[in-house]
Amino acid sequence: MKLLAIDTSNRPLSVAVLADQQILATTTTNVGRNHSSTLLPIVERAMTQSGLEPTDLDRIVVAAGPGSYTGLRIGVTTAKTLAFTLNKELVGISSLAALAANVVTEGQLVAPLFDARRDNAFAGLYRIQNQRPVAVIEDQHVSVAKWAAKLATYNEPIVLIGTDVQKYVEPLRAALGDRLIRARPQLDLPQAGVLGLLGQTATPVANLHAFVPNYLRLTQAEHDWQAKHPEKDHAPYVEKI
Amino acid sequence: MKKQNLILAFESSCDETSVAVVADGHQILSNVIATQINSHKRFGGVVPEVASRHHIEQITICIESALEEANVTYDDLDAVAVTYGPGLVGALLVGVNAAKVVAYAHHLPLIPVNHMAGHIYAARFVKPFEFPLMALLVSGGHTELVYMQADGQFEIIGETRDDAAGEAYDKIGRVLGVSYPAGKEIDQMAHAGIDTFNFPRAMIDEDNFDFSFSGLKSAFINTVHHADQIGATLDKNDLAASFQASVVDVLVSKTHRVLEQYPVKQLVLAGGVAANQGLRERLQKDLPTAFPNTELLLAPLKLCGDNGAMIGAAGYVQYQHHQFGDASLNADPSLEFDWMPGMVK
Repeated sequence: MKLLAIDTSNRPLSVAVLADQQILATTTTNVGRNHSSTLLPIVERAMTQSGLEPTDLDRIVVAAGPGSYTGLRIGVTTAKTLAFTLNKELVGISSLAALAANVVTEGQLVAPLFDARRDNAFAGLYRIQNQRPVAVIEDQHVSVAKWAAKLATYNEPIVLIGTDVQKYVEPLRAALGDRLIRARPQLDLPQAGVLGLLGQTATPVANLHAFVPNYLRLTQAEHDWQAKHPEKDHAPYVEKI
Repeated sequence: MKKQNLILAFESSCDETSVAVVADGHQILSNVIATQINSHKRFGGVVPEVASRHHIEQITICIESALEEANVTYDDLDAVAVTYGPGLVGALLVGVNAAKVVAYAHHLPLIPVNHMAGHIYAARFVKPFEFPLMALLVSGGHTELVYMQADGQFEIIGETRDDAAGEAYDKIGRVLGVSYPAGKEIDQMAHAGIDTFNFPRAMIDEDNFDFSFSGLKSAFINTVHHADQIGATLDKNDLAASFQASVVDVLVSKTHRVLEQYPVKQLVLAGGVAANQGLRERLQKDLPTAFPNTELLLAPLKLCGDNGAMIGAAGYVQYQHHQFGDASLNADPSLEFDWMPGMVK
Protein backbone atom coordinates (compact mmCIF):
# COMPACT_ATOMS: atom_id res chain seq x y z
CA MET A 1 0.00 0.00 0.00
CA LYS A 2 1.32 3.46 -1.04
CA LEU A 3 0.30 6.08 1.42
CA LEU A 4 0.68 9.81 2.01
CA ALA A 5 0.41 11.08 5.60
CA ILE A 6 -0.14 14.72 6.57
CA ASP A 7 -0.19 16.47 9.94
CA THR A 8 -0.66 20.25 10.13
CA SER A 9 -2.70 20.28 13.33
CA ASN A 10 -0.47 22.76 15.10
CA ARG A 11 2.74 24.68 14.61
CA PRO A 12 4.70 21.56 13.58
CA LEU A 13 4.12 20.32 10.04
CA SER A 14 4.88 16.73 9.10
CA VAL A 15 4.56 14.86 5.80
CA ALA A 16 5.52 11.29 4.96
CA VAL A 17 5.24 8.90 2.04
CA LEU A 18 5.05 5.22 2.91
CA ALA A 19 5.10 1.97 0.99
CA ASP A 20 3.58 -0.62 3.33
CA GLN A 21 5.64 -0.59 6.53
CA GLN A 22 8.46 1.37 4.94
CA ILE A 23 8.81 5.13 5.29
CA LEU A 24 10.15 6.31 1.91
CA ALA A 25 10.38 10.04 2.61
CA THR A 26 9.45 12.27 5.49
CA THR A 27 9.79 15.93 6.39
CA THR A 28 8.93 17.58 9.68
CA THR A 29 9.24 21.29 10.40
CA ASN A 30 8.52 23.34 13.49
CA VAL A 31 9.15 26.81 12.20
CA GLY A 32 5.80 28.52 11.74
CA ARG A 33 2.17 28.44 10.96
CA ASN A 34 2.38 29.22 7.26
CA HIS A 35 1.25 25.71 6.40
CA SER A 36 -0.96 26.85 3.53
CA SER A 37 2.12 27.96 1.65
CA THR A 38 4.51 25.20 2.67
CA LEU A 39 2.42 22.02 2.81
CA LEU A 40 1.90 21.24 -0.86
CA PRO A 41 5.53 21.96 -1.92
CA ILE A 42 6.70 19.59 0.82
CA VAL A 43 4.17 16.95 -0.31
CA GLU A 44 5.35 17.34 -3.91
CA ARG A 45 8.98 16.93 -2.92
CA ALA A 46 8.32 13.89 -0.74
CA MET A 47 6.36 12.28 -3.57
CA THR A 48 9.10 13.03 -6.11
CA GLN A 49 11.80 11.71 -3.78
CA SER A 50 9.74 8.55 -3.38
CA GLY A 51 9.43 8.21 -7.13
CA LEU A 52 5.65 8.34 -6.97
CA GLU A 53 2.98 10.09 -8.99
CA PRO A 54 -0.17 11.22 -7.17
CA THR A 55 -2.16 8.50 -8.93
CA ASP A 56 0.19 5.85 -7.47
CA LEU A 57 -1.18 6.51 -3.98
CA ASP A 58 -3.67 4.09 -2.44
CA ARG A 59 -4.52 6.05 0.66
CA ILE A 60 -4.23 9.46 2.27
CA VAL A 61 -3.93 9.67 6.06
CA VAL A 62 -4.48 12.94 7.86
CA ALA A 63 -4.25 14.08 11.46
CA ALA A 64 -7.87 15.15 11.85
CA GLY A 65 -7.76 17.09 15.10
CA PRO A 66 -7.93 18.45 17.62
CA GLY A 67 -5.56 21.35 17.09
CA SER A 68 -5.41 24.80 15.54
CA TYR A 69 -8.59 25.30 13.51
CA THR A 70 -6.76 26.86 10.61
CA GLY A 71 -3.98 24.28 10.68
CA LEU A 72 -6.50 21.45 10.71
CA ARG A 73 -8.41 22.90 7.78
CA ILE A 74 -5.29 23.17 5.66
CA GLY A 75 -4.32 19.55 6.27
CA VAL A 76 -7.84 18.16 6.02
CA THR A 77 -8.76 20.19 2.91
CA THR A 78 -5.57 19.00 1.24
CA ALA A 79 -6.02 15.36 2.23
CA LYS A 80 -9.76 15.25 1.58
CA THR A 81 -9.51 16.91 -1.82
CA LEU A 82 -6.59 14.72 -2.87
CA ALA A 83 -8.43 11.56 -1.87
CA PHE A 84 -11.60 12.77 -3.58
CA THR A 85 -10.06 13.98 -6.81
CA LEU A 86 -8.01 10.79 -7.29
CA ASN A 87 -10.69 8.50 -5.88
CA LYS A 88 -8.41 7.16 -3.15
CA GLU A 89 -9.04 6.04 0.42
CA LEU A 90 -9.00 8.63 3.19
CA VAL A 91 -8.20 7.95 6.83
CA GLY A 92 -8.46 10.42 9.70
CA ILE A 93 -6.49 9.80 12.87
CA SER A 94 -6.69 11.77 16.10
CA SER A 95 -3.87 14.32 16.15
CA LEU A 96 -3.36 13.52 19.83
CA ALA A 97 -3.20 9.77 19.20
CA ALA A 98 -0.66 10.34 16.43
CA LEU A 99 1.55 12.23 18.86
CA ALA A 100 1.08 9.62 21.63
CA ALA A 101 2.23 6.94 19.18
CA ASN A 102 5.73 8.41 19.32
CA VAL A 103 6.03 6.52 22.62
CA VAL A 104 6.73 2.81 22.10
CA THR A 105 6.99 1.50 25.68
CA GLU A 106 4.38 -1.24 25.96
CA GLY A 107 1.77 -0.60 28.65
CA GLN A 108 2.84 3.02 29.16
CA LEU A 109 0.25 5.74 29.84
CA VAL A 110 0.81 8.72 27.54
CA ALA A 111 -0.91 12.11 27.79
CA PRO A 112 -0.46 14.24 24.64
CA LEU A 113 -1.51 17.86 25.01
CA PHE A 114 -2.02 20.89 22.74
CA ASP A 115 -2.46 24.39 24.10
CA ALA A 116 -5.98 25.72 23.54
CA ARG A 117 -5.18 29.08 25.18
CA ARG A 118 -6.50 30.71 28.33
CA ASP A 119 -5.42 27.78 30.53
CA ASN A 120 -7.27 25.28 28.37
CA ALA A 121 -5.89 22.36 26.46
CA PHE A 122 -6.85 19.75 23.92
CA ALA A 123 -5.80 16.55 25.60
CA GLY A 124 -6.36 12.81 25.76
CA LEU A 125 -4.95 9.89 27.72
CA TYR A 126 -3.65 6.83 25.89
CA ARG A 127 -2.10 3.50 26.81
CA ILE A 128 0.37 1.88 24.46
CA GLN A 129 -0.98 -1.59 23.73
CA ASN A 130 0.28 -3.86 20.98
CA GLN A 131 2.41 -0.94 19.75
CA ARG A 132 -0.58 1.35 19.28
CA PRO A 133 -2.06 4.11 21.44
CA VAL A 134 -5.42 3.03 22.82
CA ALA A 135 -7.66 5.76 24.26
CA VAL A 136 -8.09 5.65 28.03
CA ILE A 137 -9.70 9.10 28.33
CA GLU A 138 -11.12 10.38 25.08
CA ASP A 139 -9.77 13.54 23.43
CA GLN A 140 -11.32 16.64 24.90
CA HIS A 141 -11.18 20.38 25.29
CA VAL A 142 -10.55 20.86 28.99
CA SER A 143 -9.12 23.30 31.51
CA VAL A 144 -5.57 22.42 32.47
CA ALA A 145 -6.55 22.32 36.15
CA LYS A 146 -9.33 19.82 35.49
CA TRP A 147 -7.08 17.77 33.26
CA ALA A 148 -4.33 17.64 35.89
CA ALA A 149 -6.88 16.41 38.44
CA LYS A 150 -8.12 13.70 36.06
CA LEU A 151 -4.60 12.46 35.37
CA ALA A 152 -3.82 12.45 39.08
CA THR A 153 -6.39 9.68 39.66
CA TYR A 154 -4.12 7.24 37.79
CA ASN A 155 -1.66 5.76 40.19
CA GLU A 156 1.11 5.14 37.70
CA PRO A 157 3.67 7.15 35.70
CA ILE A 158 2.31 9.18 32.76
CA VAL A 159 4.40 10.47 29.87
CA LEU A 160 3.40 14.07 29.05
CA ILE A 161 4.11 14.73 25.39
CA GLY A 162 3.89 17.74 23.07
CA THR A 163 5.73 21.03 22.62
CA ASP A 164 2.96 22.86 24.54
CA VAL A 165 3.40 20.75 27.71
CA GLN A 166 6.14 23.07 28.93
CA LYS A 167 3.65 25.93 29.23
CA TYR A 168 1.55 24.01 31.77
CA VAL A 169 4.22 21.82 33.35
CA GLU A 170 3.90 23.46 36.77
CA PRO A 171 0.22 22.73 37.50
CA LEU A 172 0.63 19.28 35.97
CA ARG A 173 3.63 18.50 38.12
CA ALA A 174 1.82 19.81 41.18
CA ALA A 175 -0.95 17.28 40.56
CA LEU A 176 1.15 14.32 39.41
CA GLY A 177 4.38 14.79 41.36
CA ASP A 178 7.07 12.33 40.29
CA ARG A 179 4.53 10.32 38.29
CA LEU A 180 4.91 12.98 35.61
CA ILE A 181 7.48 11.93 33.02
CA ARG A 182 8.39 14.57 30.48
CA ALA A 183 8.85 13.09 26.97
CA ARG A 184 12.23 13.60 25.31
CA PRO A 185 12.21 16.69 23.04
CA GLN A 186 12.57 14.58 19.88
CA LEU A 187 9.27 12.89 20.74
CA ASP A 188 7.38 16.17 21.17
CA LEU A 189 6.95 16.70 17.44
CA PRO A 190 4.32 14.70 15.54
CA GLN A 191 5.88 12.42 12.92
CA ALA A 192 3.84 11.75 9.79
CA GLY A 193 5.69 8.44 9.41
CA VAL A 194 4.14 7.32 12.69
CA LEU A 195 0.78 8.74 11.61
CA GLY A 196 1.03 6.83 8.33
CA LEU A 197 1.73 3.55 10.09
CA LEU A 198 -1.30 4.09 12.33
CA GLY A 199 -3.41 4.97 9.31
CA GLN A 200 -2.37 1.93 7.36
CA THR A 201 -4.53 -0.44 9.38
CA ALA A 202 -7.35 1.99 10.21
CA THR A 203 -10.71 1.84 8.43
CA PRO A 204 -11.05 4.46 5.66
CA VAL A 205 -13.87 7.00 5.97
CA ALA A 206 -17.10 5.74 4.39
CA ASN A 207 -18.48 9.15 3.38
CA LEU A 208 -15.63 11.25 2.11
CA HIS A 209 -17.74 14.38 1.47
CA ALA A 210 -18.79 14.47 5.12
CA PHE A 211 -15.24 14.29 6.44
CA VAL A 212 -14.31 17.39 8.46
CA PRO A 213 -11.75 18.17 11.15
CA ASN A 214 -12.52 17.08 14.67
CA TYR A 215 -12.45 20.56 16.20
CA LEU A 216 -13.78 19.33 19.57
CA ARG A 217 -15.40 22.73 20.06
CA LEU A 218 -18.35 24.55 18.63
CA THR A 219 -17.54 28.05 17.45
CA GLN A 220 -18.26 30.71 20.07
CA ALA A 221 -21.04 32.16 17.89
CA GLU A 222 -22.81 28.80 17.57
CA HIS A 223 -22.32 28.07 21.25
CA ASP A 224 -23.93 31.39 22.22
CA TRP A 225 -26.71 30.96 19.69
CA GLN A 226 -27.59 27.48 20.93
CA ALA A 227 -27.66 28.72 24.51
CA LYS A 228 -30.21 31.36 23.51
CA HIS A 229 -32.21 29.13 21.16
CA PRO A 230 -32.20 25.63 22.64
CA GLU A 231 -35.34 24.66 20.75
CA LYS A 232 -34.56 26.20 17.39
CA ASP A 233 -32.90 24.67 14.42
CA HIS A 234 -32.22 26.61 11.25
CA ALA A 235 -30.83 23.66 9.35
CA PRO A 236 -30.06 23.09 6.56
CA TYR A 237 -27.42 25.74 7.02
CA VAL A 238 -25.97 25.40 3.57
CA GLU A 239 -28.10 25.27 0.45
CA LYS A 240 -27.31 24.85 -3.19
CA ILE A 241 -28.66 27.78 -5.22
CA MET B 1 -13.57 23.13 -34.59
CA LYS B 2 -11.00 24.62 -32.30
CA LYS B 3 -10.80 22.92 -28.94
CA GLN B 4 -12.30 24.94 -26.12
CA ASN B 5 -10.21 25.78 -23.08
CA LEU B 6 -11.94 24.57 -19.94
CA ILE B 7 -11.20 26.04 -16.55
CA LEU B 8 -12.31 24.56 -13.23
CA ALA B 9 -12.80 27.61 -11.02
CA PHE B 10 -13.02 27.83 -7.22
CA GLU B 11 -14.52 30.58 -5.06
CA SER B 12 -14.67 30.50 -1.25
CA SER B 13 -13.82 34.02 -0.09
CA CYS B 14 -16.84 34.63 2.12
CA ASP B 15 -20.04 32.65 2.69
CA GLU B 16 -20.50 30.87 -0.62
CA THR B 17 -18.62 27.75 -1.68
CA SER B 18 -18.65 27.63 -5.45
CA VAL B 19 -17.01 25.56 -8.16
CA ALA B 20 -17.64 26.15 -11.85
CA VAL B 21 -16.54 24.90 -15.24
CA VAL B 22 -16.12 27.72 -17.76
CA ALA B 23 -15.29 27.34 -21.45
CA ASP B 24 -13.09 29.95 -23.15
CA GLY B 25 -13.79 32.43 -20.38
CA HIS B 26 -17.33 33.23 -21.44
CA GLN B 27 -19.44 30.10 -21.51
CA ILE B 28 -20.72 28.58 -18.29
CA LEU B 29 -20.87 24.78 -18.37
CA SER B 30 -21.65 24.59 -14.67
CA ASN B 31 -21.67 26.97 -11.72
CA VAL B 32 -22.40 25.18 -8.47
CA ILE B 33 -23.00 27.52 -5.53
CA ALA B 34 -23.54 26.37 -1.95
CA THR B 35 -24.64 29.36 0.09
CA GLN B 36 -24.35 29.61 3.86
CA ILE B 37 -26.81 32.49 4.25
CA ASN B 38 -29.18 30.41 6.34
CA SER B 39 -26.40 29.67 8.82
CA HIS B 40 -25.12 33.23 9.21
CA LYS B 41 -28.67 34.56 9.54
CA ARG B 42 -28.50 33.18 13.06
CA PHE B 43 -25.77 35.66 13.91
CA GLY B 44 -26.89 38.66 11.86
CA GLY B 45 -23.76 38.52 9.71
CA VAL B 46 -20.99 36.25 8.51
CA VAL B 47 -19.00 34.63 11.33
CA PRO B 48 -15.60 33.77 9.82
CA GLU B 49 -14.95 30.55 11.76
CA VAL B 50 -18.44 29.25 10.98
CA ALA B 51 -17.95 30.14 7.31
CA SER B 52 -14.62 28.31 7.17
CA ARG B 53 -16.18 25.20 8.68
CA HIS B 54 -19.01 25.18 6.14
CA HIS B 55 -16.57 25.53 3.24
CA ILE B 56 -14.73 22.37 4.20
CA GLU B 57 -18.06 20.52 4.44
CA GLN B 58 -19.00 21.60 0.94
CA ILE B 59 -15.83 21.73 -1.11
CA THR B 60 -15.64 18.23 -2.57
CA ILE B 61 -19.41 18.10 -3.09
CA CYS B 62 -19.15 21.27 -5.17
CA ILE B 63 -16.25 19.91 -7.24
CA GLU B 64 -18.16 16.72 -7.95
CA SER B 65 -21.36 18.53 -8.92
CA ALA B 66 -19.52 21.05 -11.10
CA LEU B 67 -17.86 18.30 -13.14
CA GLU B 68 -21.05 16.25 -13.37
CA GLU B 69 -23.24 19.16 -14.42
CA ALA B 70 -20.69 20.25 -17.01
CA ASN B 71 -20.42 16.62 -18.11
CA VAL B 72 -16.62 16.76 -18.18
CA THR B 73 -13.76 14.84 -16.56
CA TYR B 74 -10.40 16.05 -15.28
CA ASP B 75 -8.89 15.03 -18.61
CA ASP B 76 -11.00 17.66 -20.35
CA LEU B 77 -9.71 20.49 -18.15
CA ASP B 78 -6.96 22.93 -19.14
CA ALA B 79 -6.45 24.79 -15.88
CA VAL B 80 -7.65 25.36 -12.33
CA ALA B 81 -8.46 28.90 -11.18
CA VAL B 82 -9.05 30.04 -7.63
CA THR B 83 -9.86 33.17 -5.63
CA TYR B 84 -6.88 33.82 -3.37
CA GLY B 85 -8.04 37.22 -2.04
CA PRO B 86 -9.43 39.51 -0.88
CA GLY B 87 -11.75 37.85 1.62
CA LEU B 88 -11.88 36.00 4.92
CA VAL B 89 -8.58 34.20 5.35
CA GLY B 90 -9.99 30.97 6.81
CA ALA B 91 -12.60 30.80 4.07
CA LEU B 92 -10.11 31.55 1.30
CA LEU B 93 -7.75 28.85 2.57
CA VAL B 94 -10.23 26.07 1.85
CA GLY B 95 -10.64 27.03 -1.80
CA VAL B 96 -6.95 27.77 -2.28
CA ASN B 97 -5.79 24.45 -0.84
CA ALA B 98 -8.45 22.44 -2.66
CA ALA B 99 -7.62 24.12 -5.98
CA LYS B 100 -3.89 23.61 -5.51
CA VAL B 101 -4.44 19.90 -4.84
CA VAL B 102 -6.64 19.41 -7.91
CA ALA B 103 -4.01 21.19 -10.03
CA TYR B 104 -1.23 19.06 -8.55
CA ALA B 105 -3.09 15.77 -8.79
CA HIS B 106 -4.02 16.26 -12.44
CA HIS B 107 -0.95 18.18 -13.63
CA LEU B 108 -2.92 21.30 -14.46
CA PRO B 109 -1.73 24.91 -14.32
CA LEU B 110 -2.99 26.91 -11.35
CA ILE B 111 -4.39 30.43 -11.84
CA PRO B 112 -4.59 32.71 -8.77
CA VAL B 113 -7.49 35.14 -9.26
CA ASN B 114 -8.33 38.38 -7.47
CA HIS B 115 -11.91 38.10 -6.24
CA MET B 116 -12.73 41.66 -7.33
CA ALA B 117 -11.43 40.96 -10.84
CA GLY B 118 -13.81 38.04 -10.80
CA HIS B 119 -16.76 40.30 -9.98
CA ILE B 120 -15.93 42.54 -12.94
CA TYR B 121 -15.64 39.57 -15.28
CA ALA B 122 -19.12 38.39 -14.31
CA ALA B 123 -20.17 40.99 -16.90
CA ARG B 124 -18.04 39.22 -19.52
CA PHE B 125 -20.80 36.61 -19.75
CA VAL B 126 -23.03 39.33 -21.25
CA LYS B 127 -20.69 40.27 -24.10
CA PRO B 128 -16.98 40.84 -24.85
CA PHE B 129 -15.26 43.72 -23.10
CA GLU B 130 -14.19 46.79 -25.07
CA PHE B 131 -11.46 49.00 -23.67
CA PRO B 132 -10.92 51.33 -22.03
CA LEU B 133 -13.55 50.21 -19.56
CA MET B 134 -14.71 51.49 -16.20
CA ALA B 135 -16.17 49.22 -13.53
CA LEU B 136 -18.33 50.30 -10.62
CA LEU B 137 -17.77 47.53 -8.11
CA VAL B 138 -20.20 47.48 -5.23
CA SER B 139 -20.37 44.71 -2.67
CA GLY B 140 -20.55 43.97 1.04
CA GLY B 141 -16.82 44.48 1.40
CA HIS B 142 -15.95 46.91 -1.39
CA THR B 143 -17.14 50.02 -3.16
CA GLU B 144 -14.71 51.12 -5.84
CA LEU B 145 -14.28 52.50 -9.32
CA VAL B 146 -11.82 50.48 -11.36
CA TYR B 147 -10.32 51.55 -14.67
CA MET B 148 -9.25 48.91 -17.19
CA GLN B 149 -6.99 49.75 -20.17
CA ALA B 150 -7.03 46.16 -21.28
CA ASP B 151 -7.99 42.67 -20.21
CA GLY B 152 -6.48 41.83 -16.85
CA GLN B 153 -5.32 45.38 -16.07
CA PHE B 154 -7.03 46.95 -13.08
CA GLU B 155 -6.42 50.37 -11.59
CA ILE B 156 -8.42 51.83 -8.73
CA ILE B 157 -9.62 55.38 -9.34
CA GLY B 158 -11.79 55.79 -6.28
CA GLU B 159 -13.09 53.80 -3.36
CA THR B 160 -15.01 54.06 -0.12
CA ARG B 161 -13.22 55.68 2.76
CA ASP B 162 -15.24 53.83 5.38
CA ASP B 163 -18.11 51.36 4.97
CA ALA B 164 -18.80 49.53 1.76
CA ALA B 165 -22.27 50.17 0.33
CA GLY B 166 -23.40 46.61 0.99
CA GLU B 167 -22.16 46.85 4.55
CA ALA B 168 -24.33 49.95 5.08
CA TYR B 169 -27.35 48.01 3.77
CA ASP B 170 -26.73 45.22 6.28
CA LYS B 171 -26.29 47.67 9.16
CA ILE B 172 -29.45 49.64 8.53
CA GLY B 173 -31.19 46.34 7.85
CA ARG B 174 -30.64 45.46 11.49
CA VAL B 175 -32.30 48.72 12.54
CA LEU B 176 -35.27 48.00 10.26
CA GLY B 177 -35.54 44.43 11.53
CA VAL B 178 -34.60 42.97 8.16
CA SER B 179 -32.63 39.75 8.45
CA TYR B 180 -29.14 39.36 7.02
CA PRO B 181 -28.35 39.82 4.15
CA ALA B 182 -30.61 42.84 3.98
CA GLY B 183 -29.91 44.20 0.49
CA LYS B 184 -32.64 42.50 -1.47
CA GLU B 185 -35.45 43.21 1.00
CA ILE B 186 -34.47 46.85 1.49
CA ASP B 187 -34.36 47.23 -2.29
CA GLN B 188 -37.96 45.94 -2.44
CA MET B 189 -39.07 48.16 0.45
CA ALA B 190 -37.45 51.13 -1.24
CA HIS B 191 -39.52 50.53 -4.36
CA ALA B 192 -42.67 50.74 -2.24
CA GLY B 193 -41.61 53.95 -0.47
CA ILE B 194 -40.74 57.58 -1.18
CA ASP B 195 -37.54 59.51 -0.45
CA THR B 196 -38.86 61.81 2.27
CA PHE B 197 -36.06 61.92 4.81
CA ASN B 198 -33.40 63.65 2.69
CA PHE B 199 -30.45 61.77 4.14
CA PRO B 200 -27.01 63.26 3.40
CA ARG B 201 -25.20 62.51 0.15
CA ALA B 202 -21.69 62.29 1.51
CA MET B 203 -18.82 63.63 -0.59
CA ILE B 204 -21.13 64.01 -3.56
CA ASP B 205 -19.74 67.44 -4.49
CA GLU B 206 -16.12 66.72 -3.64
CA ASP B 207 -13.73 66.73 -6.54
CA ASN B 208 -12.59 63.14 -6.19
CA PHE B 209 -13.92 59.69 -6.94
CA ASP B 210 -14.16 58.40 -3.39
CA PHE B 211 -17.24 57.37 -1.45
CA SER B 212 -18.37 57.45 2.16
CA PHE B 213 -21.36 55.65 3.62
CA SER B 214 -20.81 55.73 7.37
CA GLY B 215 -22.34 59.21 7.72
CA LEU B 216 -25.45 58.06 5.92
CA LYS B 217 -25.67 55.05 8.16
CA SER B 218 -25.38 57.24 11.29
CA ALA B 219 -27.98 59.71 10.00
CA PHE B 220 -30.33 56.83 9.34
CA ILE B 221 -29.85 55.28 12.78
CA ASN B 222 -30.18 58.67 14.52
CA THR B 223 -33.44 59.38 12.68
CA VAL B 224 -34.91 56.05 13.75
CA HIS B 225 -33.71 56.36 17.36
CA HIS B 226 -35.01 59.89 17.64
CA ALA B 227 -38.42 58.77 16.42
CA ASP B 228 -38.38 55.89 18.90
CA GLN B 229 -37.63 58.29 21.74
CA ILE B 230 -40.53 60.60 20.97
CA GLY B 231 -42.79 57.66 20.27
CA ALA B 232 -43.23 58.43 16.58
CA THR B 233 -43.63 55.69 14.00
CA LEU B 234 -41.75 56.13 10.76
CA ASP B 235 -42.75 54.50 7.51
CA LYS B 236 -40.19 51.74 6.98
CA ASN B 237 -40.62 51.78 3.23
CA ASP B 238 -39.97 55.52 3.14
CA LEU B 239 -36.91 55.02 5.32
CA ALA B 240 -35.64 52.36 2.94
CA ALA B 241 -36.43 54.51 -0.09
CA SER B 242 -34.63 57.50 1.43
CA PHE B 243 -31.60 55.43 2.32
CA GLN B 244 -31.42 53.81 -1.08
CA ALA B 245 -31.89 57.15 -2.86
CA SER B 246 -28.83 58.50 -1.07
CA VAL B 247 -26.72 55.42 -1.88
CA VAL B 248 -27.75 55.42 -5.52
CA ASP B 249 -27.32 59.20 -5.89
CA VAL B 250 -23.79 59.02 -4.54
CA LEU B 251 -22.79 55.98 -6.58
CA VAL B 252 -24.25 57.33 -9.82
CA SER B 253 -23.02 60.90 -9.47
CA LYS B 254 -19.49 59.75 -8.67
CA THR B 255 -19.65 57.44 -11.64
CA HIS B 256 -20.73 60.34 -13.85
CA ARG B 257 -17.86 62.40 -12.51
CA VAL B 258 -15.37 59.68 -13.32
CA LEU B 259 -16.77 59.13 -16.79
CA GLU B 260 -16.40 62.83 -17.59
CA GLN B 261 -12.71 62.58 -16.89
CA TYR B 262 -12.16 59.08 -18.27
CA PRO B 263 -14.18 58.51 -21.43
CA VAL B 264 -14.62 54.77 -21.75
CA LYS B 265 -16.33 52.44 -24.16
CA GLN B 266 -18.10 50.43 -21.48
CA LEU B 267 -19.26 50.87 -17.92
CA VAL B 268 -19.53 47.61 -15.97
CA LEU B 269 -21.70 47.37 -12.89
CA ALA B 270 -20.69 44.39 -10.76
CA GLY B 271 -20.50 43.01 -7.21
CA GLY B 272 -23.23 41.85 -4.85
CA VAL B 273 -24.93 45.26 -4.69
CA ALA B 274 -25.05 45.30 -8.50
CA ALA B 275 -28.13 43.13 -8.04
CA ASN B 276 -29.88 46.19 -6.53
CA GLN B 277 -32.77 47.09 -8.85
CA GLY B 278 -32.74 50.74 -7.84
CA LEU B 279 -29.11 51.07 -8.87
CA ARG B 280 -29.55 49.10 -12.10
CA GLU B 281 -32.61 51.10 -13.12
CA ARG B 282 -30.95 54.44 -12.44
CA LEU B 283 -27.88 53.62 -14.49
CA GLN B 284 -30.03 52.26 -17.31
CA LYS B 285 -32.07 55.46 -17.27
CA ASP B 286 -29.27 58.02 -16.87
CA LEU B 287 -26.30 56.66 -18.72
CA PRO B 288 -27.58 56.64 -22.34
CA THR B 289 -28.39 60.36 -22.27
CA ALA B 290 -25.41 61.49 -20.19
CA PHE B 291 -22.83 59.30 -21.92
CA PRO B 292 -24.22 58.07 -25.23
CA ASN B 293 -20.86 56.64 -26.26
CA THR B 294 -20.50 54.49 -23.17
CA GLU B 295 -22.23 51.15 -23.19
CA LEU B 296 -23.65 49.88 -19.90
CA LEU B 297 -22.84 46.27 -19.04
CA LEU B 298 -24.76 45.01 -16.04
CA ALA B 299 -23.43 41.82 -14.48
CA PRO B 300 -26.20 39.21 -14.82
CA LEU B 301 -28.32 39.05 -11.66
CA LYS B 302 -27.38 35.42 -11.02
CA LEU B 303 -23.69 36.30 -11.22
CA CYS B 304 -23.67 39.39 -8.99
CA GLY B 305 -23.15 37.36 -5.83
CA ASP B 306 -20.01 35.33 -5.28
CA ASN B 307 -19.64 32.43 -7.73
CA GLY B 308 -17.01 30.30 -9.38
CA ALA B 309 -17.99 31.17 -12.96
CA MET B 310 -16.80 34.76 -12.63
CA ILE B 311 -13.47 33.45 -11.32
CA GLY B 312 -13.25 31.21 -14.38
CA ALA B 313 -13.88 34.19 -16.66
CA ALA B 314 -11.21 36.35 -14.99
CA GLY B 315 -8.89 33.35 -14.79
CA TYR B 316 -9.17 32.72 -18.51
CA VAL B 317 -7.53 36.08 -19.25
CA GLN B 318 -4.62 35.10 -17.01
CA TYR B 319 -4.54 31.66 -18.62
CA GLN B 320 -3.99 33.29 -22.00
CA HIS B 321 -1.15 35.34 -20.52
CA HIS B 322 0.32 32.34 -18.70
CA GLN B 323 -0.02 34.03 -15.32
CA PHE B 324 0.22 30.93 -13.21
CA GLY B 325 0.76 30.29 -9.52
CA ASP B 326 2.58 27.39 -7.93
CA ALA B 327 2.13 24.96 -5.06
CA SER B 328 3.13 27.62 -2.53
CA LEU B 329 0.16 29.88 -3.38
CA ASN B 330 -1.34 31.28 -0.19
CA ALA B 331 -4.50 33.17 0.62
CA ASP B 332 -4.09 36.95 0.68
CA PRO B 333 -7.06 38.34 2.65
CA SER B 334 -6.24 41.99 1.90
CA LEU B 335 -5.27 41.60 -1.76
CA GLU B 336 -5.86 44.87 -3.63
CA PHE B 337 -5.70 46.28 -7.12
CA ASP B 338 -3.05 48.93 -7.58
CA TRP B 339 -4.03 52.59 -7.50
CA MET B 340 -3.86 54.33 -10.81
CA PRO B 341 -0.44 55.97 -11.16
CA GLY B 342 -0.68 59.68 -10.45
CA MET B 343 -3.92 59.38 -8.49
CA VAL B 344 -3.69 60.91 -5.05
CA LYS B 345 -5.23 58.62 -2.51
